[in-house]
Amino acid sequence: MMNWAAASPEIFLAVAGMAILLFGVLLKKENAALCTMLVLGAFAATFVMVMQTVPQTAYSSLFVTDAFASYAKLLILAGGALTMVLSLDYNERQGIGRFEFPVLMLFSTVGMMTMASAANLMTLYMGLELMSLSIYVLAAFAREELRSAEAGLKYFVLSALASGLLLYGISLTYGFAGTMDFAKLPDAVTGVDGVSTGLMVGIAFVIAGLAFKLSAVPFHMWTPDVYEGAPTPVTAFMSTAPKVAPFVVLLRVLIGPFGHVSVQWQPIIEVVSIASMLLGSFAAIGQTNIKRLMAYSSIGHMGYALVGLAPGTESGVRGVLIYLLTYVAMSAGAFACVIAMRRQGKSVERISDLAGLAKTDLPLASLLTLFMFSMAGVPPFAGFFGKLYVFLAAVQSGLWLLAIVGILTSVVACYYYIRIIKVMFFDAPAPAFDTRSASVSFVAIASGMFTLLFVLALGPFTGAAEAAARVLFG
Amino acid sequence: MQDGALPVSLGSYLAVAAVLLVIGVFGIFLNRKNIIIILMSIELILLAVNINLVAFSAALNDMAGQVLAMFVLTVAAAEAAIGLAIVVVYSRNRGSIEVEDVNLMKG
Repeated sequence: MMNWAAASPEIFLAVAGMAILLFGVLLKKENAALCTMLVLGAFAATFVMVMQTVPQTAYSSLFVTDAFASYAKLLILAGGALTMVLSLDYNERQGIGRFEFPVLMLFSTVGMMTMASAANLMTLYMGLELMSLSIYVLAAFAREELRSAEAGLKYFVLSALASGLLLYGISLTYGFAGTMDFAKLPDAVTGVDGVSTGLMVGIAFVIAGLAFKLSAVPFHMWTPDVYEGAPTPVTAFMSTAPKVAPFVVLLRVLIGPFGHVSVQWQPIIEVVSIASMLLGSFAAIGQTNIKRLMAYSSIGHMGYALVGLAPGTESGVRGVLIYLLTYVAMSAGAFACVIAMRRQGKSVERISDLAGLAKTDLPLASLLTLFMFSMAGVPPFAGFFGKLYVFLAAVQSGLWLLAIVGILTSVVACYYYIRIIKVMFFDAPAPAFDTRSASVSFVAIASGMFTLLFVLALGPFTGAAEAAARVLFG
Repeated sequence: MQDGALPVSLGSYLAVAAVLLVIGVFGIFLNRKNIIIILMSIELILLAVNINLVAFSAALNDMAGQVLAMFVLTVAAAEAAIGLAIVVVYSRNRGSIEVEDVNLMKG
């Protein structure tokens, strides 16, 4: 019997998106803020619906709702909602407050939720494209600005190429395994005469396509430019939820259907992880623009998270899930601080603009310090536990090289994180920033509280991540 | 099949698709002229995948590949629409769509 209700959170969100789009078109006056509020309301309702879903497989096993998918969806919704709140004030001040913005974010979120629930390569591809197509438009959203248009163009060209390669990988996997179903792939993969070359090439292409979306080295070239050029709330969005979704898909595909051939993909993941960690920490040192710095930081973080995937064990997956949770919170918070950097009505993004912030705006400086320490992995902040769990999993599986490179690059990364703190606390003060709006402060403080107090709620979060990870190995 | 016509093997289809994919990828990286050519190259890649999917679908006697091929056609149309829109926005700001001029930010 077909259960139509399995995808009800996605269906609800998609229908709500179309309704809000219609509402925005019909209501002729300025209504961006109202539409953003409506989208946030839809997110909240979807959040509740996801919490109440029961584990099942539906639609001829194209779609699965299990604890793993629910964990990822809640994280995606939270990340999307936080960055949506950030866009409220920024878009209005930049003169790009149009109601399509929240609606595009909503559709992107629907795509990501579909990816999290994918039980078939077809579902995966459709979700991925819905996510990407919306982000292309978002990146070029400040259409009067050359930088934004260029960011959109670069992201479009490279991301479309990556989608094409992923799709080619899917076609090869389909051809050589005979199925696109995650549940049937393991039997096809462990055939009598081992893994066929065609299938291996297919898996490699799929990994490459997903690694591009994760901005892992060597598929990272777009990241700094697009992060710099896109409007800051879009950059914040791109560094939170759209990193989570491809990552959970990567986990599900590699651990599930291709779990038996982990020997084949493990070296790829190890190389990508080490290269991302190295590039993320060394290339960030010379940056002067804070958004570019965050781009390299994001590349590095994906490298650390991949450390947890490489062993292919349950504790590794748990580590990745915790890492992604802490990363989303830190990233949203750090970008809230970047959005607060405005002087005389203009957004400023050089690191030197932060000079002496502690003297002009101590709360903002303290919050940014908190996020920088957390990203550097200083205990007892949230970022430390993410790193702890992934490195622990790598060591337990004897992948010492990954753990050692991870710890050494963390030390290098500390340099540029702490440099920002030094600029804020010890340099001669630059003119004060404009008063920031309540919405930006709210996101910064909420993420700050989460990052600071994560240690107190370690038990429940670890428990949820563990329950989610167990599904893949069940 | 008509009398006398040789059946085309799966391998030939895969070879054509692989060649199209390579042409598409090279079209993106070697092209120094025009962004529109990049859009054409992206279409070429997606069509290469479609040949693959339909050939596999016929060989495996399984419908899933053809279903995905239909989806890919739809996505390709949406992608082309968005890509052209972004190129229009870009050319309005920059006054040019030469690939060499896309250099405001150095990555």
